[in-house]
Amino acid sequence: MAGASIHLPFLKTPRKTIIINTMENIQQILEKYPAQGRENLIPLLQEIQNFNGFLSQESIVEVGKYLNLPSSKIYGVATFYNQFRFQPQGKYHIQVCRGTACHVLGSATVLETLQKELKIKAGDTTADGLFSIEVVACIGACGLAPVIAVNGNFHAKVNSDSIKEIIQNYKNREI
Amino acid sequence: MNTINIKINNKTVEANKGEMILDVLNRQGIKVPTLCHIKDVFPSGACRMCVVENVKTGKLITSCSYPVEDNMEILTHSQRVVDSRKTIVELLLSSHPDDCLYCVRNNHCELQDLSAELQVRERRISGKKNNYHIDRSSASIVRDPDKCILCGRCVRVCEEIMGVSAIDFINRGSKTIVGTTFNKGLNNSSCINCGQCIMVCPTGALTEKNHFAEIRDAIQNPKRTVVVQYAPAISVSLAEEFGMSPGEDVNGIMNAALRRVGFDMVFDTTFSADLTIMEESAELIHRIQNGGQLPMITSCCPGWIKYAEEFASDFIPNISSCKSPQQMMGAVIKSYWADKECMSPENIYSVAIMPCTAKKFEAQREEMTSKGITDVDAVLTTRELGAFLKMMGVNLHNIEPEMVDSPLGFRSTAGKLFANSGGVMEAALRTAYYKLTGKELVQFRIPAVRGLEGRKEAKIKIGEMEIGVAVVSGLVNAAKLLQEIREGRKDIHFIEVMACPGGCINGGGQHIGASEGALKARISTIYNIDDKEVVKVSHKNPEVKQLYDNFLGEPLSHISHELLHTHYQKRDVLK
Ligand code: SF4
Ligand code: FES
Repeated sequence: MAGASIHLPFLKTPRKTIIINTMENIQQILEKYPAQGRENLIPLLQEIQNFNGFLSQESIVEVGKYLNLPSSKIYGVATFYNQFRFQPQGKYHIQVCRGTACHVLGSATVLETLQKELKIKAGDTTADGLFSIEVVACIGACGLAPVIAVNGNFHAKVNSDSIKEIIQNYKNREI
Repeated sequence: MNTINIKINNKTVEANKGEMILDVLNRQGIKVPTLCHIKDVFPSGACRMCVVENVKTGKLITSCSYPVEDNMEILTHSQRVVDSRKTIVELLLSSHPDDCLYCVRNNHCELQDLSAELQVRERRISGKKNNYHIDRSSASIVRDPDKCILCGRCVRVCEEIMGVSAIDFINRGSKTIVGTTFNKGLNNSSCINCGQCIMVCPTGALTEKNHFAEIRDAIQNPKRTVVVQYAPAISVSLAEEFGMSPGEDVNGIMNAALRRVGFDMVFDTTFSADLTIMEESAELIHRIQNGGQLPMITSCCPGWIKYAEEFASDFIPNISSCKSPQQMMGAVIKSYWADKECMSPENIYSVAIMPCTAKKFEAQREEMTSKGITDVDAVLTTRELGAFLKMMGVNLHNIEPEMVDSPLGFRSTAGKLFANSGGVMEAALRTAYYKLTGKELVQFRIPAVRGLEGRKEAKIKIGEMEIGVAVVSGLVNAAKLLQEIREGRKDIHFIEVMACPGGCINGGGQHIGASEGALKARISTIYNIDDKEVVKVSHKNPEVKQLYDNFLGEPLSHISHELLHTHYQKRDVLK
C-alpha cells in the first residue's frame, strides 16, 4: 500500500534550491559576531546554514579564518550535530522520522531502503541534485508511523515497497 | 609543605601537591597502562586505560588526569581495576580489523601489547568492523581510520605541539573518526608531514608512505646506479631498530650494510650539511652587511617550510634560500658527481635515508628538480631502513664497519650537529665567525643553544658585532617567536627552526616508542663526536673545498644559486 500523501504546510522546512553562497553574504553574517573564540560558533553556523541551506567548505574555512580557529575544528564541531548539512539539499528533500513510534514500526528498514535506492547516505544529496535524505527525531506524526516527509509532504505508514514507489513518482515528475 | 602523603597499594608514599597520580606511580616504578596520555601534554582522560581504584570513595579514577589528594588511598591492580582495563581493550578490539599480521606496526603496537599484558584470550565482545577509506593522498603520511582507536594523541600533538590542527575528531558516537576538514585527503589539508602523529599513534592507523618496491626495482635494474645518502641523525638512531643501545653510533656498520643490500655508492648527507653551512653563512653575512631581510630563518626542515608557506607567509622573505642538505646532496650527485663519473643523471637513482617523514614530501616538490630531473628519487625513514635491512637479511650485529664513499662522504662534526635542535645554528655560527673575523672560535661549544627546550636564545659576539640568535623546535614555539617579531622584537638576527621537538633526533621517521632517555643518548652521542674529532667546522671540510674549487666556484655563485638555492611561495590549503 502506498501511504496516503498528506500535505502539512506548517511543518515545511525552510528550503532554498538556489544557493547564494557568495563570500560577501557570509561576511555580513560573520560580522554580527565577535571575531574570536568559539562561544558563538553554533549560532553562527546555524545562521549561515539558514541562509545558504547548508555549510559549504568555503564557509567553514571562512568561519575558521574569522574566529581564528582551524577549519578541522569547526568541521569537527559541525559534524557532531545532526542539524548541519554539508551539501545543498536536493530538489526533493526527504526527512525520515527516527522517533520512537516510527522506530518500533520499522523506520530503520525504511531509512536503509532509501539509502540503498538513492545510493546515498543520510545527510547526502544525490549527484543529480534531485534527492537528499535527512534523519529527524520525532516529527509529531506518530499516528502515521513510520512516516517520511518529502518537501513537507507526509507519506504515512511507509514500507520498503511503498518507498520505492514514492521515489519513482518523484523521478517521473522530472521526465 | 609542598608534599603530602598518599597510600598506594597499602604503602605510604610521598607525593607533590598538585601532581597527577600517574606521575607518582611512575616514580614508584608501578606500571599503569595508558593510551591517550602524552607526556608533557595536558591530559584528556579520554581512554580510561589508566584507571586506579580510590579506596575511600570506591570510584575508579583516571590516574593520568586526577591530582593527588592528602591521605588518599589508591589501588593500582585490584581485580576491579584490572578487569575494567581488560574490558576497555576488549571493546577496542571488538571493532578492530584484526589484521595484525599484515600491519606495519605488528610487534610495535600498543594495542597488541595491552591485550597481551591483560591476558585477553578470547573474543567476548564482537562489534561491527569499520570500513573507511585508507587515505594515501599525502606524499608522506598514510591514514587508515579502521585501525584508529580514537585515543586522540595525534589530534593533540598536531594542535598543541605543531600548531597545525590538520586533523580533528569528526562526527559523533560510533561514527566518530579522526579526519580532516570535509574529509578531504591529507594532501589538501594543512598537514606539514612532520610525522609526529605517527610517533604517538598506538596502532597502525598512521604510518609513513613506503617506497620499498621502487627502490628494489632500481637496485635490480643493471642500467641504474643506485646511490644513497643518510642524514646526520641516522647513524646515532638506527641502532635502536636492532635492539642495540640508544645513541650507539653505527656509522661504519651502516655503510657496510647499505652496500650489502645493493646500494652502489654510499654518501653522507652530513657532507651536504657542511655545504649548506657554507652557503647559509654566506647568505647570513650578506644579509647583515647589505641590509637584507632579518632575522634570517633556516630552511633545512621541510615541515617548517610548509608551515611557513601556509601559516607564516609574511616570513617567507626571511627564510634562507638554501635548499636543505638532502636536496643539496641530491642536486650535487646528479650534476657534479655524475659529470665526474661520466654518467647521465637519468641513470642515477638517488635514495635518501632520513629521520623524517616530511623529507618524502620535500623530495617530490616541484622546486626540487634541476632541468626536469628530480634531485632525490626516494626517501626512507630510519624505521624503514631498519625494516629494509631486515628484509634483505642484513643484521647490524655482525658486520665489519666500512668507510663512506668519496668525494661526497667526508664530513665535519659541525654538519653532524644538524641532528640536534640548535645544531644548525652552532655550525653556522662557527663558520660565520671565521668568515667575519678571519679567526676560528676559541670555544666551539655554544651551550646556550643545546638541549631539548622548545626555545633557546643567545647573544653571540662576533668581532665588534653582537648578533641575537634563537632556536625553536616544536612549531608552536616557532609561532610564538614569530608573533613576538611581528609585534616589534628587533634583537634577533638569526633563527633556527626545526618542526620536531628536539630536532631531527626526535624526527617523525625515528624509532617508535623511544624514551626521553633514548633521545638524550642520541643527542649526547652527536656532541661526543663533536668533542672527539678534529674537523669541527664546515669550512675545513676538504671535500667541500674541492667541490667549490672544481665546480661551484664560491658560495652564492651563479651555479650555487642554480643548484643549491630555491624560493618558496604562499601555499593555499584547507586550513
Ligand atoms: S604529520 Fe604532523 S602536521 Fe600532519 S597530521 Fe601528523 S602531526 Fe599533524
Ligand atoms: S591514559 Fe589516562 S585516560 Fe587515557
